[in-house]
Amino acid sequence: MTKPSLSVKDLHVSIEEKEILKGFGIEVKGGEIHAIMGPNGTGKSTLASALMGHPNYEVTSGEATFNGEDLFEMEVDERARAGLFLAMQYPSEVSGVTNADFIRSAMNADRGEDDQVSLMQFIRKIDEKMGTLEIDQSFQHRYLNEGFSGGEKKRNEILQLLMLEPKIAILDEIDSGLDIDALKVVAKGINELRSDDFGCMIITHYQRLLNYIQPDFVHVMMQGRIVKSGGPELAQKLEEQGYDWIKEELGIEDETVGQ
Amino acid sequence: MTTELTFPVTEQQLQSFSQGRDEPKWFTDQRLAALDKAGKLELPKPDKTKIAKWNFTSFSYDADTEATSSYSGLSDAVRTLVGEEADVGNLLTQKNGVTQFGSVQDELKAKGVVFTDMATAVKEHGDLVQKYFMQDAVSSDEHSLTAAHAALLNGGAFIYVPEGVEVEAPLQAIFAHEGSFGLFNHVLIVAEANSRLTYIENYLSEGSGDAAVANIVSEVYVGDGAVVRYGAVDNLTDSVTTYVNRRGYVSGIDAKLYWALGQMNDGNTVSENTTYLHGQGSYGDTKTVSIGRGKQIQNFTTNVIHFGKDTDGQILKHGVMKEAATSIFNGISKIEHGATKANGEQTERVLMLSEKARGDANPILLIDEDDVTAGHAASVGRIDPLQMFYLMSRGLSRTEAERLIIHGFLEPVVGALPIDSVKEQLYDVIERKVY
Ligand SMILES: Nc1ncnc2c1ncn2[C@@H]1O[C@H](COP(=O)(O)OP(=O)(O)OP(=O)(O)O)[C@@H](O)[C@H]1O
Ligand SMILES: [Mg+2]
Repeated sequence: MTKPSLSVKDLHVSIEEKEILKGFGIEVKGGEIHAIMGPNGTGKSTLASALMGHPNYEVTSGEATFNGEDLFEMEVDERARAGLFLAMQYPSEVSGVTNADFIRSAMNADRGEDDQVSLMQFIRKIDEKMGTLEIDQSFQHRYLNEGFSGGEKKRNEILQLLMLEPKIAILDEIDSGLDIDALKVVAKGINELRSDDFGCMIITHYQRLLNYIQPDFVHVMMQGRIVKSGGPELAQKLEEQGYDWIKEELGIEDETVGQ
Repeated sequence: MTTELTFPVTEQQLQSFSQGRDEPKWFTDQRLAALDKAGKLELPKPDKTKIAKWNFTSFSYDADTEATSSYSGLSDAVRTLVGEEADVGNLLTQKNGVTQFGSVQDELKAKGVVFTDMATAVKEHGDLVQKYFMQDAVSSDEHSLTAAHAALLNGGAFIYVPEGVEVEAPLQAIFAHEGSFGLFNHVLIVAEANSRLTYIENYLSEGSGDAAVANIVSEVYVGDGAVVRYGAVDNLTDSVTTYVNRRGYVSGIDAKLYWALGQMNDGNTVSENTTYLHGQGSYGDTKTVSIGRGKQIQNFTTNVIHFGKDTDGQILKHGVMKEAATSIFNGISKIEHGATKANGEQTERVLMLSEKARGDANPILLIDEDDVTAGHAASVGRIDPLQMFYLMSRGLSRTEAERLIIHGFLEPVVGALPIDSVKEQLYDVIERKVY
């Protein structure tokens, strides 16, 4: 089996006529973990949303391929069934739909009629993953994200990640709002997935998460594109010195995507 | 100007119809008096829906149905609702008002419980029927349709539960409708003090859809400390125009009446559901779900009227509108002077699935007493595109994601229905109607 891959070239994305991503490129392969860092408002969530197919974001130029296929030709659900996953910074709440029903429907979405996950298999797996993530069993029967605390929503995103086992995952600030114990637990869950069949883009503001999930590459985003890439030591340096030295080095005054 | 309605039944025909059923004189007289009024009174005026041009008068009065009395004579659709013959408990099934099957557990009969069709009830339990039939809960004088109902009644059930008797197993009635028959179905339930019962009814259509009328009235009388759970799944086809009026007269102290109504007709429907809370400390609870589709027009008005002190009335209505369906959801909590410490709450929510669908939610509180609590909430909205994105981002197709959101929207009502079998049936009907 060939390794999964997500390849993005010169991506431009607008929201409400305003260009946010301005020539973003990256190549993520199975077995690799990429950390994407960068100050607020530099387009990180925009990138994640556009790749998943969020209806509010318009791809104006550039390309993205997922395992060789044109990502932007696929509907949101097709992207997901092909193996792309986005843990959202602000996941929606859906009243009246239990977490367990939802996750089971999602697991069965890319399976044929006679290949559906049985209730027993499902229960065994969700019990195990909830154990790993130290999520209380009662969350299976709660309505999807409804009334979940910030940290509980994040954990629930990771629960879905572990249940669905995608090929490439984008995790948008999965660490913000997590207490230190939860951070370790979530990192452990993600590390369980590490293999040549799984690639990951971790959007984060903090070095802390990267202490638990060692990245292979660290990229810094400013003004809607990657302005600097390096190894784990780059994250370390950002933690210690902030972003100013990069701005100076590159002669950037306003790092956001501008008005 | 008033438009007079002409019903396709003459006085002579009605007289001989009544005689053919061997009805007591008081009942025949009542029919004839009501027929006269039906032609003179006006149509009801459901708030925000014009029904003047709806078909309430064009139907056939010939049931064209043989009476049977065996399980094997029931249609597949009916059998799906009642389950295996061995599981049949307390059941009455009718087609076009003609009884097809009836069974009541012996132990209930021994305790004095009556569960029979209206035709039998007026003959065998005439005194009881006369005491309650269209008296306090509904009057034949209200408008042309209640009058027509009293005149032309041709189907229905009578239930009587004596004082202190608790009926555990649900009593189930199935009213099938076929062809152009005008169904005038009446359900009368009397729950004496400290009794308890659960009643479930289904209205369904069989065969092809000719233009027809269903004129349905239910009356529920609840005595001191009695508890009645009333579940219904209405599922008549699009060619049937329905007037359905379900009323509860809760006169008993601490009496409780729970309505669980699945209003799933495909034709134009005017539905009124009213609970009169007279008994001190009495409780009325209405939960309704409906799905509109095609071009149907519906009006659902729910009233809870508080007379007694410490009464509590709850209304919860959720509706989904597809295609070019139009529905008005009126909720009225009325607290009369003297009903101190009453509490009235209501919620109406409408979810619209298409640009052409129309939905309107009107919560109304009418309060004539100071020392009360009341509240309402209402919303009319469309599916949230961000929810769709979230669900689809996990691999669910658009249809499947919509399906989950719709089920989720109806779940607070369906999931809270106090009768499990109604819940199950509704899940099935919802599944069929939404996709
Ligand atoms: N709906 C919108 N309308 C207008 N501008 C928007 C909209 N959504 C996002 N933006 C703008 O796009 C820019 C990039 O936003 P984005 O959410 O991608 O930033 P981010 O890098 O994820 O920031 P953070 O670190 O704070 O999460 C911001 O300036 C934001 O205000
Ligand atoms: Mg962000």
